[in-house]
Amino acid sequence: MTNKPLTLAEKVWNDHLVVKGENGSPDLLYIDLHLVHEVTSPQAFDGLRLAGRPVRRLDLTIATEDHNTPTWDIDKPIADVTSRTQINALRENAKEFGVRIHSLGDAEQGIVHVVGPQLGLTMPGITVVCGDSHTSTHGAFGALAMGIGTSEVEHVLATSTLPLKPFKTMAINVEGTLRPGVTAKDIILAVIAKIGTGGGQGYVLEYRGSAIRALSMEARMTICNMSIEAGARAGMVAPDQTTFDYLEGRPHAPQGADWDEAVAYWKTLPSDEGAKFDAEVFLDANTLDPFVTWGTNPGQGISLNDSVPSPDDFSDPNDKAAAIRALEYMDLTPGTKMKDIAVNTVFLGSCTNSRIEDLRAAAAIIKGKKKADGVRFMVVPGSAKVRLQAEAEGLDQIFKDFGAEWRFAGCSMCLGMNPDQLAPGERSASTSNRNFEGRQGKGARTHLVSPLVAAATAIRGTLSAPADLNDSAEAN
Amino acid sequence: MEKFEVFTGVGAPLRRSNVDTDQIIPAVYLKRITKTGFEDALFAAWRNDPDFVLNQEPYKNAEVLVAGPDFGTGSSREHAVWALRDYGFKCVLSSKFADIFRGNSGKQGLVTGEITDADTEKLWAALEANPGASITINLVEQTATIGDLSVHFEIDEYTKWRLLEGLDDIGLTLRDEQAITDFEAKRPNWMPKTLPAKH
Repeated sequence: MTNKPLTLAEKVWNDHLVVKGENGSPDLLYIDLHLVHEVTSPQAFDGLRLAGRPVRRLDLTIATEDHNTPTWDIDKPIADVTSRTQINALRENAKEFGVRIHSLGDAEQGIVHVVGPQLGLTMPGITVVCGDSHTSTHGAFGALAMGIGTSEVEHVLATSTLPLKPFKTMAINVEGTLRPGVTAKDIILAVIAKIGTGGGQGYVLEYRGSAIRALSMEARMTICNMSIEAGARAGMVAPDQTTFDYLEGRPHAPQGADWDEAVAYWKTLPSDEGAKFDAEVFLDANTLDPFVTWGTNPGQGISLNDSVPSPDDFSDPNDKAAAIRALEYMDLTPGTKMKDIAVNTVFLGSCTNSRIEDLRAAAAIIKGKKKADGVRFMVVPGSAKVRLQAEAEGLDQIFKDFGAEWRFAGCSMCLGMNPDQLAPGERSASTSNRNFEGRQGKGARTHLVSPLVAAATAIRGTLSAPADLNDSAEAN
Repeated sequence: MEKFEVFTGVGAPLRRSNVDTDQIIPAVYLKRITKTGFEDALFAAWRNDPDFVLNQEPYKNAEVLVAGPDFGTGSSREHAVWALRDYGFKCVLSSKFADIFRGNSGKQGLVTGEITDADTEKLWAALEANPGASITINLVEQTATIGDLSVHFEIDEYTKWRLLEGLDDIGLTLRDEQAITDFEAKRPNWMPKTLPAKH
């Protein structure tokens, strides 16, 4: 054993090595937790059936329904036949193979990346996979968590392992103090704008620095969630007292002697002094503005105080061509102030921003205010538990009084697999993670925003920060 | 999985960067529970545009796609690979692939060859100068050839070996089953367990 200083990601990797790859073959890593949902699993279960293989570790596997599920009338049969068929397939597979499942209507149902942490299943130092690219969310705990494809879902179900090539590591250093109205969402949108949608390819990101340490667990999840939007399969934050406090007492968190042993181990995980990262990025939290996207990939973002850029602002020919195409699709003119862009719909939800703190933050902004005429405001809690918690705090009433739709949990309008979609040409301010062409509905136009910007936008009808509300009060 | 060594097919130039998996296959097609029959879903939104490359006669039966950088970004949906495969594509060339997409491709026998931006331009120019031209993909030599133009592509050695041999991942891993069992015996007790369910 050498005493080479190691990064957090390297430590977790090394502690999960089942077989060290030789001659260019990948390492075989043990997978501690496998989250399953209806969209990327039916073909995997089919593969097991065909090969006559069981699920190797049912006690490391859990399923929930989220992508397809309606967020309205959930007590009625699902109207869309193909959605219903896919959800029924998951229910039947779970029953046949013995997988724990939380179905629509169950108190633990919800977006898979909200459910895992909420149950205390997501812990520091473990490996987590799911057939969903936003599995990177769980890295907020100091877990190595990544999205996988359906072939890999089948592989993990059958073997509880995954062959993986070692990653490079990238430190994202965010130092300073966020100004009021600036949040974790703005940090990650700024990071993606800085390194690009491909900047993190081949890397595990580690978010570090005083601004990250000051964030709550839910805010850290927001940041790690969008690592994939920077091209990185995983993003991590070193565990600390904030992490332990969040976990302690959750249903599946370790107890008694196990807890003490776990915490002692978790404290060894942060990157060692002098550990070398393959790349480093620096971001100043002190000067950060609320960030929003103007284009059709999450890297096309700018300060909310800026104007829509011109293709001529980009020197790289691919970036320039992408900007021309994005401006056309988004129907935006260069030079238009971002704050002058009017939206039809505001969506508060998704695995990025649908947790209780997100709902509280938005509710605090809209409380006692009036929604802009003609703007639809959809609020979709990340899980049935989050919804119940919000109702216990009276947040649902604040949203309803404001004129928002208070819906049931699921992925909803983030990707519009259920009826929650935008009409062609409609424009949204969305707290979700992807502004791709057609993502929220055919021809739909998406601006990615924080929950605070979403709330302020719902009041003013144009992309706005909470600080703008004071100005408009004077104008009235 | 079928073995792949040398393949020749019509090449299609896709002059776009950041082709995310939502564009390769929109979410509405992900509700199917089969692993085949996704050919109609490939680039579904773009195929409504008559000018889209695959709607032009010479490229309709394309089997090799030459795309701009950052191909396959976004969602982990393996359906993107199934849609490309079901349409008939055997190989995608790009200067940069998203990690998950590249991994998924290797498991389904779709070759993802990484080429330089300069070579991408050369291949685009050659295909556009002679619409319907064939590209030969030689996985052994790692070359893509159109007539006199031949460019080198990168692919990691392990994926190349598996594609050449047509090997299935689960079968390979299960050769190490004893090592997995030994590892499991040493896992600490505090690690998460989904069963019995607690609320």
